[in-house]
Amino acid sequence: MFDIDLWREIFQSINKNRTRSLLSGFTVAFAILLFAILFGITNGLLNTFAEAFKDDAINNIVIYPGKTTKAYKGLQAGRQIQFKNKDHDYILDEFGDKVEYLTSRVMKNVNASFRNEQNSYTIRAIHPDNFFIEQNKVKEGRYINQRDINNKTKVVIIGRLVEEDLFTKTKAVGKYLNLSGIQYKVVGVYTDEGGDEEERMLYIPISTAQLLYGNNDYVDMMYLTYNPEMDYDKALAFGVLMEKKLKKRFSIAVTDQRGVRIQNNAQGAKAVNQMSFGLGIIILVIGFGTLIAGIVGISNIMIFIVKERTKEIGIRKALGAQPRQIISIILIESIIITAISGYVGLLVGVGVLEWATPVLKDYFIKDPGVSNTIVIGATITLILAGTIAGYLPAKRASRIKPIVALRND
Amino acid sequence: MLKISNLHKSYTIGDSSLHVLKGINLNIEDGEMVAIMGSSGSGKSTLLNIIGMLDEADSGDYILDGLPIKNLTEKKAAVYRNKFLGFIFQSFNLINYKNALENVALPLYYQGMKRKERQEKAMFHLEKVGLTNWAHHLPKELSGGQNQRVAIARALAANPKLLLADEPTGALDTTISYEIMEFLQQLNDEGKTLLIVTHEEDIANMCKRIVRLRDGVIMEDKFVKQVKAAQHV
Repeated sequence: MFDIDLWREIFQSINKNRTRSLLSGFTVAFAILLFAILFGITNGLLNTFAEAFKDDAINNIVIYPGKTTKAYKGLQAGRQIQFKNKDHDYILDEFGDKVEYLTSRVMKNVNASFRNEQNSYTIRAIHPDNFFIEQNKVKEGRYINQRDINNKTKVVIIGRLVEEDLFTKTKAVGKYLNLSGIQYKVVGVYTDEGGDEEERMLYIPISTAQLLYGNNDYVDMMYLTYNPEMDYDKALAFGVLMEKKLKKRFSIAVTDQRGVRIQNNAQGAKAVNQMSFGLGIIILVIGFGTLIAGIVGISNIMIFIVKERTKEIGIRKALGAQPRQIISIILIESIIITAISGYVGLLVGVGVLEWATPVLKDYFIKDPGVSNTIVIGATITLILAGTIAGYLPAKRASRIKPIVALRND
Repeated sequence: MLKISNLHKSYTIGDSSLHVLKGINLNIEDGEMVAIMGSSGSGKSTLLNIIGMLDEADSGDYILDGLPIKNLTEKKAAVYRNKFLGFIFQSFNLINYKNALENVALPLYYQGMKRKERQEKAMFHLEKVGLTNWAHHLPKELSGGQNQRVAIARALAANPKLLLADEPTGALDTTISYEIMEFLQQLNDEGKTLLIVTHEEDIANMCKRIVRLRDGVIMEDKFVKQVKAAQHV
C-alpha cells in the first residue's frame, strides 16, 4: 500500500534535519566512492598486466629449428636442421591429446602493392589453427581454412593496419593484392591485440607458400598450444618430452642447446596466473574492506540517529503511533538516504575514474573501471547493511516506553 | 469515566524492589478536574503514567470509560492512547522540526485522517487556543506559553475523553501559568475531564478536587472550592 502521508513524514524529516541526513549520506557516498575508485584502479592494473601477455594464447609453445653445435652419431656439428610437413604430422601423431592447436609456419618478406600504394610486409604462411594460437579476430571476410590448404589457393588475409596502409580509398576484401609479383586475392581482414606489429602481417595458406616459394615441403617453425586441461607442471614436462623426442628424431645430442629450441609459455603463464591471483585477492580485500568500513559507518550513524530521535519517538508514541509505524519511518528514511547517496557516490566514483583514465595510463593502469554489476551489488549491500543496522535500533526505539523517552531531557 | 482499584506497582532496581504504588483506589467522574499532588517520589508520576497507558500496573484494576486496561499489546495501547487520551507535558514535547499546525495535526495523522481534513481540524483547535496567526511557526519561534498552548491544542485535536497534564505549568512563569490554567478551566467548563499532576498549591487549588499522594498511598482526597484563574490574570 502506498501511503503518501508516510512518505511526506519521511521527506519532511530528511529535509528538516539536513545536517544529519547529509552526514549519514556522506558516509555512504564516500564508502561507495572509495570502493569504486580502489576497485577500478586495481582492475586497471590487472588490465595492464593482462595486456602485456595478450598477444598470443597463454598456453603457447614455439618450436624453432637451428644449427647443431655438437657432433653426434657420426654427424657433424653446424648441421642446419630443417622441419618438413612430416614433422608437423609427427607431432600430431606423437602428442595428439596433449596438443590443442598446431600450425607450421613459413616466413617470407614481400613487397606489397595495391594501385599506387606499396609497402613491405612479412608473410606468415600458416595452417588454419594459427587463428586460435595468435588469437586473431576476423574483422571482415574470413580466415585461412582447410580448403585453402588443400587447393593451395592464392588468397591472403591482411592485418587491419595493412588495409589502412594500402587500401586508402576502398575496402580490401575482394581486391587483388600484388605480393612481390604474385597476385593474391584478399579474402579477409583480421585484428590482433598484440600491438601494431601484429596487425601488419599477411597470412597465406602454408601449402601455397611451399609451392610458390621453393616447391618443397619445408617448414620454418611450428607453433602449438598445449591442451589447456594440463596444469603448468604437466605442460612444462610436455615441453621437455617434446624436445627430447625431437632431438632423437633429428639425431641431435641431448646436451645440444641449439639444434631444436622449444619456447614454452607455461613458465610465464604460471607467473602471470599467480600475479593475477594475487591481484584478485587484493581486489577482494580492498572491496570487502571498504564495504565493511561503510557498513560500520552506517551502523554507527543509525544508532546515533535513533538515539537522537528517542524523544521524538516518545512523543509520537504518546500521540498514538504504533510500533510498526515507528520502525517504518526510521527504516525507510535510512534506506532512502543510503540509496540516494550510494548512487551519488557511484556516479562520482565512476566519473573520477573516467576523468583519470588518461592520466593513469602513464602509471601502468589501463582502463580502470568497475563493472556496473559490482558497483550496484556493493550499493545494494550497503543499503541492506543500512537496513539491518537501522532495523535493530529502530526496533529497540519502537519498544521504548514513551515515558522514558520523554523524561530524557 | 475512570475507575482504579487496589493498584500496585513496583520497580526492580538491582536486587531490591521499590514499591512505588501501594494500593491506589480512585474514581473520577466525567467532567471532573482533579489535581494529583505529592512530593517527588510519592508515586504521582507513576500513577499518571499508568493512567496514560505509558506504563502498566503490577496488579489491580484500571477501567477507563468501561474498558478494562490490562495486558494491552503495544499496538492496542497505541490505539487507546490515540483515541482516549490527550497528553500535556511540562516541557511541551513538541516535535521541533514541525510547525505548530503540523504538531497539532500529528495525533490526527495517527488516527488515519486525510491530510486536508487533518489540517482543517488542527487549524480549528489552534484557533481555539488563539494561535491562528502562529500556525506556520516552529516551536523555537514561539514563547513558552505559546508552545504550551500548541501542546494543549494537540492534546485536544484527537478529541480525547481524558486530558492528562504532567506539571503543565512547571516550565512557565506565574502569569503565563495562570493563563494556561484559565484555559484548562475553560476546557473543563466545556465538559472535558482533566487530570493534572502538580506540586504547586495555587495550581492545585484551581482544580475542583485534590488527591494527595505520599509514599505510594492516597493520603487525602478532597473536593475544593475552585479558584478561578481569571481572577489572577
